[in-house]
Amino acid sequence: MIRQGQMQVVKQKQIATNIFELTLIGQHVLDMNEPGQFVHLRVSDQFDPLLRRPISISSIDKDTLQFTMIYRAEGRGTTLLSEKKQGDQVDVLGPLGNGFPIDKVQAGQKALLVGGGIGVPPLYELSKRLVEKGVQPIHVLGFQSKDVVFYEKHFQELGETHIVTVDGSHGHKGFVTNVLETLEEDFAVYYSCGPTPMLSALEKMYPHKEGYLSFEQRMGCGIGACFACVCETTEKTEADYVKVCSDGPVFQSGVVRV
Amino acid sequence: MNRLAVVLPGLSLKNPIMPASGCFGFGKEYAKLYDLSKLGAIMIKATTLETRLGNPTPRVAETPAGMLNAIGLQNPGLTKVMENELPWLAQYDVPIIANVAGTLTEDYVAVAEAISKASNVHALELNISCPNVKQGGITFGTDPRVAEELTRAVKEVSSVPVYVKLSPNVTNVGEIAKAVEAGGADGITMINTLLGIRLDTKTGKPVIANVTGGLSGPAIKPVALRMVYEVAKQVSIPIIGMGGISTIDDVIDFLSAGASAVAVGTANFVDPFVCPNLIEQLPEKLDELGFETVSELVGRSHRL
Repeated sequence: MIRQGQMQVVKQKQIATNIFELTLIGQHVLDMNEPGQFVHLRVSDQFDPLLRRPISISSIDKDTLQFTMIYRAEGRGTTLLSEKKQGDQVDVLGPLGNGFPIDKVQAGQKALLVGGGIGVPPLYELSKRLVEKGVQPIHVLGFQSKDVVFYEKHFQELGETHIVTVDGSHGHKGFVTNVLETLEEDFAVYYSCGPTPMLSALEKMYPHKEGYLSFEQRMGCGIGACFACVCETTEKTEADYVKVCSDGPVFQSGVVRV
Repeated sequence: MNRLAVVLPGLSLKNPIMPASGCFGFGKEYAKLYDLSKLGAIMIKATTLETRLGNPTPRVAETPAGMLNAIGLQNPGLTKVMENELPWLAQYDVPIIANVAGTLTEDYVAVAEAISKASNVHALELNISCPNVKQGGITFGTDPRVAEELTRAVKEVSSVPVYVKLSPNVTNVGEIAKAVEAGGADGITMINTLLGIRLDTKTGKPVIANVTGGLSGPAIKPVALRMVYEVAKQVSIPIIGMGGISTIDDVIDFLSAGASAVAVGTANFVDPFVCPNLIEQLPEKLDELGFETVSELVGRSHRL
């Protein structure tokens, strides 16, 4: 069920340059079932900024009714969000969208998780779920530079983790694809979230593997009504188009024309 | 007696609040959130003769207290709307106002004739004001003679009353309003969006792929209210007012300026429950202002 209403800030912490980790508490968490879903947040009760901000869910704790998001404060909306303090209220609509399917891989098998920048967060909940299931995750996480790397230890605790930075200031130098070329292709399925060129590169690298990709697109309503976030499709689906917010954000590889 | 009820050509509304076309799809998304039968009516997404895939993305950009959009009339086309969307909506006790769009007069006529026969379509909203398509749309809405002729052509074939949706992107909106009234329009809906551009300040590039988009949201309310106020003085057919409505005070203002009912657009994207919330707040607001019914409030600014 999609809920709308206030949630309370449990904690907010800057974890890298302009990267914030925000934990909220409230009933919405009861409906957060799939890794890879997102919430649509109002950062102010004023008319400016007007629209909600879609932010992906990075971890869910149903026992405490808390969930966590990791986001980059770059525009006015996310900067306002980063100023929220413990005890403040945030208007949350969600959970929204369709997440990563974890039934595509079995215990004992390997799954490849590839994240780029602010696309890394939803892979954390995904990886936790896979590990719980007995799947062995391999993480390849790309960032611009050392100062924006986050959750390296969190991912290491879950499994094999390769960090890549464009400028080489931390981990491997280059793009995630440079590391992927050196890895064995013994995984059953791959999952990815990050910039579209990265998703496109993965589709080309693994044409015969089952893959699930999380896309980003400028959104309006977040529930499928406004047609702002449509993407062109390929022959792989009968649909003329898909909406990232309500048909996605996660799609099987090859469905969205990249 | 239902104090919120409003009777308009073709429409017996249980309350004067409805979602605006293009901001509510064909209702499916919002039906997951609340019972659509609560609404006064639903203005469904513009329907064209053929399937339209709309404009390239980005299609929306936020602006101060508003947003620009250039969706480009994306819709499944007349046949699919008749076969899938309207029958699905028929499960709800709510009149549908079908927004009709096209490139040529013949397109409007063909869509209007067919869609006006659907049992739950109680009125048409002739879209002569979409700013985001290269042909049709706004080109019909900026010349009074063209607007009048199109209205007349559609009136001839429509089985239900015809409302014409006016563009604010004109010098004299009253002139267009009078023209469509002369063409036989049963009512007016106004306003559509205001043409705008947002630039990426770093690069100077337009943010929206279509370059221009239609401005909506609270930012346009004063313009919309002024236009409703002006048109209400010049025509005798009813007006459904819209443009930046998001609070109960906005609803009151549009009714006062001369709208008989109102539509809520962009606010649905900010708060998907805005329409039922406004409907719930309306009786209390009437009490506060000392009015028994919605109808008493309509046009009161002109009687002061």
